Amino acid sequence: MLEFISRILGKETASSKSLAKERLRLVLVHDRASISPAMLNRLREDLVQVISNYMEIDETALEFNLCQDERDVALVANIPVLKMKRDYAAKC
Amino acid sequence: MVIAARVVEKNKELCGKVGQTMGEVIVVTSGKGGVGKTTTSANIGTGLAQAGFSVVLVDTDIGLRNLDVVMGLENRIVYDLVDVTSENCRLKQALIKDKRFANLHLLPAAQTKDKTAVSPEQMKALAEELKKEFDYAIIDCPAGIEQGFRNAIAGADRAVVVCTPEVSSVRDADRIIGLLEAADLKNPKLIINRIRPQMVKRGDMMDIDDILDILAIDLIGVVPEDESIVVSTNRGEPCVMDKNSKAGEAYRRITKRIQGEEVPLMNLDVPEGFMDKIKKLVGLR
Repeated sequence: MLEFISRILGKETASSKSLAKERLRLVLVHDRASISPAMLNRLREDLVQVISNYMEIDETALEFNLCQDERDVALVANIPVLKMKRDYAAKC
Repeated sequence: MVIAARVVEKNKELCGKVGQTMGEVIVVTSGKGGVGKTTTSANIGTGLAQAGFSVVLVDTDIGLRNLDVVMGLENRIVYDLVDVTSENCRLKQALIKDKRFANLHLLPAAQTKDKTAVSPEQMKALAEELKKEFDYAIIDCPAGIEQGFRNAIAGADRAVVVCTPEVSSVRDADRIIGLLEAADLKNPKLIINRIRPQMVKRGDMMDIDDILDILAIDLIGVVPEDESIVVSTNRGEPCVMDKNSKAGEAYRRITKRIQGEEVPLMNLDVPEGFMDKIKKLVGLR
């Protein structure tokens, strides 16, 4: 009942403006870094491959994002390590 | 008008101190088409002329000229921008004097050529020439980021970016700001055009702060969506001259800010309706 009243009075319903803002934020990160999502994905795959030579990582929990602060963009990767590879340590 | 004359004197004085009476070239740009570059150029130019400055409006949208019809001067065109840059005629011959203000001129774009008919170097030279003759040269930039854009910004001292509160327009404005800064046109100023206070209030349109937050540049004005723009364009008379037009008032304020005056933003609040009062009463706001 209360929900019905507040809907009539137009209080809730996530505004389309916040949706616009959020979508813009995301698209501008890529625009400003001039990297396409496809390219970012390739970079991610390459990175995983290189790191896998040295350690075993949890690919499902891997976070890989371009982050934006004012007009600067940073590539932030959070890569959980499962274990170090023994054969690499042996080679050294 | 007395105040306007004094501002002009002051401006001349300032220029004199530097040892030259050079004007300023301002480019009006946006990236996306249809957001109001031409309307904005026409109104800023007319507003500055109204304030007593000598102004030239330059349409650089070669092949798709429109500033002439917005200004109501389409029947007076003999020569155009390309005639000037390719030295088919002298600058003075191509300049069209405005019907209303003797100190306002238009340099129309060519309609039958394309954007490669002019080079950025030629535009730079033209801008230098215009600066000697006028207090302000307002350059109306074509949509896009190709040669037309590079031509328009080539000789500019300052840039004004126009955007509407829509995702596509803000995105393109962001791209343009990046390109302007890369071309050494630092600190471009933003005009938010066609804002609808009613929709903003409802939460269905991005507000001024939302857009400034995303674009991170200085604001120079906000123009409300206004039917008088359509009427004034139909007539070929910029609405900055219309005392009753809301958009006209917004442009008058922008004109003052361009001259360096500090003017508060227009009050765009919508009057409180019956439902708003009830909402307040119930405590939902």
